[in-house]
Amino acid sequence: MGLLSHPITLVADWLRNLFLGWGLSQGLTTVLLYLIAAIVVASLANGWVIFLIWFERKIVGRMQDRIGPNRVGPYGLLQPFADLIKIITKEIIFPDKADKPLYVIAPLLMDAAIIAIWAVIPLVPMVGMDFNVAALYTIAVGAFATLGIILAGWSSNNKFALVSAFRTVAQMISYEVPTVLALLVPVLLAGTMSLQGIVEAQHVWYIVLAPLAFLIYFIASVAEVGRTPFDLLEAESEIVAGFHIEYSGMLFATFYVGDFLHAFTIGMLGAVLFLGGWRGPGAEAYPILGLIYLWIKAFVVYFVGVWVRGTLPRLRIDQMMNFCWKFLTPLALILLVEAAVVDRLLLGFTPWGRGLVHLAINVFIGALVIAYARAYDNRRKRERPLAAKPGQYPVARPPQPAAEAQSD
Amino acid sequence: MTAMQIVFLITAVVTLFAAFRTVTTPNLIHAALWLILALAGVAVFYALLNANFFAVIQVVVYIGAIAILMVFAIMLTRREMRDRGKQTSGRWWWAAILGAVFFAGVTWMIEAVALPSQPTAAVPASSIADLGKALVNPNGYVIPFEVASVLLLAALIGAVFVAWTRHNS
Repeated sequence: MGLLSHPITLVADWLRNLFLGWGLSQGLTTVLLYLIAAIVVASLANGWVIFLIWFERKIVGRMQDRIGPNRVGPYGLLQPFADLIKIITKEIIFPDKADKPLYVIAPLLMDAAIIAIWAVIPLVPMVGMDFNVAALYTIAVGAFATLGIILAGWSSNNKFALVSAFRTVAQMISYEVPTVLALLVPVLLAGTMSLQGIVEAQHVWYIVLAPLAFLIYFIASVAEVGRTPFDLLEAESEIVAGFHIEYSGMLFATFYVGDFLHAFTIGMLGAVLFLGGWRGPGAEAYPILGLIYLWIKAFVVYFVGVWVRGTLPRLRIDQMMNFCWKFLTPLALILLVEAAVVDRLLLGFTPWGRGLVHLAINVFIGALVIAYARAYDNRRKRERPLAAKPGQYPVARPPQPAAEAQSD
Repeated sequence: MTAMQIVFLITAVVTLFAAFRTVTTPNLIHAALWLILALAGVAVFYALLNANFFAVIQVVVYIGAIAILMVFAIMLTRREMRDRGKQTSGRWWWAAILGAVFFAGVTWMIEAVALPSQPTAAVPASSIADLGKALVNPNGYVIPFEVASVLLLAALIGAVFVAWTRHNS
């Protein structure tokens, strides 16, 4: 067992022997090791965000024809550190009549919930907590992140923050449905809810077997993070900054870090569920390679998220809700049934044969859905033409009770 | 005392205190949040008992759905979200008597029944798979499972019916 192949196990064993050598009991040693592991993972995750902030500012800047941070350090790499020092020195302001304990707990709860997801992500083969309901656990923990945002919105005692909290509930509860349904597809294909098991079952990446489920998972996840085009909870032009409008100093920074960390964590989950996690050449022999593969895959998914953020404008709330309930959810249900039935029929097939049949059916379903959506759109345009009549402005029509009743 | 027992005791104290505050705090939002803490404590108990699936389901259903909807409902209905009215109704002593009787009954039951101190059967490695099979097994729980599904469907349709706005009326 060399340092290269099992670094984490090696360090853990060394620490265990050290603690046992001090005369601590077996149980206490285990608890201490868990604590240390939790602190290390949380610190690494939060430290990684420093890089993500620089990366995202740079990339979005380029997309918007700006240069992005370029003053502090080479390529502006030290900019996040400068910002960090600045924000640590800032005062934390409590609004008058704010609910102080909740006001402080809210950002911590959100950040902690996101880091808790990292506990079950299989970073390398054989290391990490192999939890037999890990896939469901990621959803359960996400509820605490939602709760953190609701608390922030409510405890600030600010009407914009409260509106943002309402939007958060509507958006996150709704988009949880397609997320869970899409998540069930890899669970079904692998036959286990353990993330380690799902990775091990991916002889062929599930993005081949279930490309549509991956798309739904990705879109719904972006909505859960609340990033553009789904950033209604902090829509600057409508509710100023949403739930974190009153926050300052490190409390605001916690929200800020939580947002980036959530986006990357979603990328990581996408990589684990659909892109084969740590799988890659030589990963079984040298687990540390698996970590690098997973990181690259997660980064690719994260980058697509940044790309979308830099490209698309914000949706309206009704468009967003319709998209979730009338498009993503039914499609996810169809895909779930498809995965269950087809996979049963393909029991004896080789992994690639199975993958290609799934891919073909997915492409077929995708084509059907696009055709149906086009036909629906055309019909709606015929029935309710948006184009203004001469002498009218092309805006929403004033209330016309009689006409409304007929068309609905 | 093992580490597990310490974790259990801490969780028990936190859960009980949270449950107590749920009914004593005058602020409804705070009550909902204390309730969330109590529910999370119960999830920790499930996890300590190696019932991972139930721990996760407890969080998904009770905290992720029910408690968040409660918070939402309180936010929507309460002006200033602070309730300054009386906390007890006139018949609080009925509830007190019922609670005391129930507590006494449960205590008596635990004392009377000789509970095994060790598990009588080995904990199955994959309890979710067994649970899933039992739920669709004709000799297992398929009928209660289906009846519960129909009940939920009826509730869903009822909710849609109640919330439906008729445009022509």
